[in-house]
Amino acid sequence: MSDLQITPLNALHRELGAKMVPFAGYDMPVQYPMGVMKEHLHCRAKAGLFDVSHMGQVILRAPGGYAAVAEAMEALVPVDLLGLGLMRQRYGMFTNDTGGLLDDLMLANRGDHMFVVVNAACKGADLAHMRAGLPGVTVEEITDRALLALQGPAAEAVLEAMVPGVAAMRFMDVGIFESGFGDLWISRSGYTGEDGFEISVPEAEVEPLARALLAHEDVEPIGLGARDSLRLEAGLCLYGHDIDTGTTPVEASLSWAIQKVRRAGGTRAGGFPGAERVLKELHEGASRARVGLRPEGRAPMREGTPLFADATGGEAVGHVTSGAFGPTIEAPMSMGYVSQGLASEGTELYGEVRGKRLPVRVAKLPFTPATFKR
Amino acid sequence: MKFTEEHEWLRVEDDVVVVGITEHASEQLGDVVFVDLPEVGREVVKDDGVVVIESVKAASDILAPIDGEIVEVNEALLDDPGKVNEDPMGDAWFFKIKPADPSQMDEYMDEAAYQAHIA
Repeated sequence: MSDLQITPLNALHRELGAKMVPFAGYDMPVQYPMGVMKEHLHCRAKAGLFDVSHMGQVILRAPGGYAAVAEAMEALVPVDLLGLGLMRQRYGMFTNDTGGLLDDLMLANRGDHMFVVVNAACKGADLAHMRAGLPGVTVEEITDRALLALQGPAAEAVLEAMVPGVAAMRFMDVGIFESGFGDLWISRSGYTGEDGFEISVPEAEVEPLARALLAHEDVEPIGLGARDSLRLEAGLCLYGHDIDTGTTPVEASLSWAIQKVRRAGGTRAGGFPGAERVLKELHEGASRARVGLRPEGRAPMREGTPLFADATGGEAVGHVTSGAFGPTIEAPMSMGYVSQGLASEGTELYGEVRGKRLPVRVAKLPFTPATFKR
Repeated sequence: MKFTEEHEWLRVEDDVVVVGITEHASEQLGDVVFVDLPEVGREVVKDDGVVVIESVKAASDILAPIDGEIVEVNEALLDDPGKVNEDPMGDAWFFKIKPADPSQMDEYMDEAAYQAHIA
């Protein structure tokens, strides 16, 4: 375990009584004394503070500024980056030659450069992928900044009191704010389905900032356990589980992230790895789809649970990729892949749990309505 | 009361043994969200999986600590699995088993030995 990396908040997590676990090569808090269930509910009711410093922060620069970076990056990512507005952020993904997903990421237009945030587990591979695939672009990993997320209905008021101006931001806006904690790179986004902010902060300032946020009575620290149940209720994918190199964006029900201009007939159609397959699937549909699943009983259907069309017999028609109990919906919930013909809402399927086939219905995602400030 | 290394407690009540999990186990599991109980009348052999507990973290099995017949299960846990966290040593017992061989109880720890085991 000695080769685990730590974030600049490691000592604070321990001081707060967190239970620490290895995650993506980092020693991270899975829960605090409040416990997963209460942390989850607190984040939906007030505000939760997450340490996401393990994620990769990267700046991409080119002599031609943002547009030059965007043009290069469109060769790796199937989304409209040239059309992304100034100080706006967009969700995207790296595809491979067969249209599978190498990672999902956030990309921001910051005027003279692009700022991206990638998953911790994929960080090294993503950096190598960008360095190899972006001629003329300088790829700089930002290693002297930490990353926090403040999520929940009270996030706006709490952060506005410390960083005036953030309340005016809309969902997926990004901004750079001078503050008592150094310059903060803030985006109005997150991974919970709640309104909130992601805050990149100089490493030396992150602990004072985290302490100041936690001093507010509405803010509690939230661990990876509740982060997972929050994102699952919000219908958001976890890389390595719900999406990976074997799933295409269309299969993963992420077609919404591929704008018209990158699709067949668009002025910049295709031109990314695996475009042939992805464009074909956008047009004709994929053979399977990622869907929400609501088990009818109380038993959670966890990752790997096979799904069947009938109560007995037959071949599996899909499988669960994420499953847990949803504290807000007070019921078990899952996501998974099913054959295209079985993907419509309300379709009754069976999940095989401990040898028993239990009824489960295809359900709308997200399980809880998003409360983004659009 | 006796304790197993699997963090179960066993309490003899007349001619049956009541089985639950310890406070320590319930803390380790985290918030319990689902409990699957065995059928009454089932004959079990020591180490058979008889109960499944799902917490917010994972699923865990409770094994039969002794051979015998399941004579009663705590159906209140089906509707309120959170009881396992609130009162693991009392209200949140899982099942009662009629021992086939009461001497199987002898191998288990008393409370002092269990406390030493988890310390």
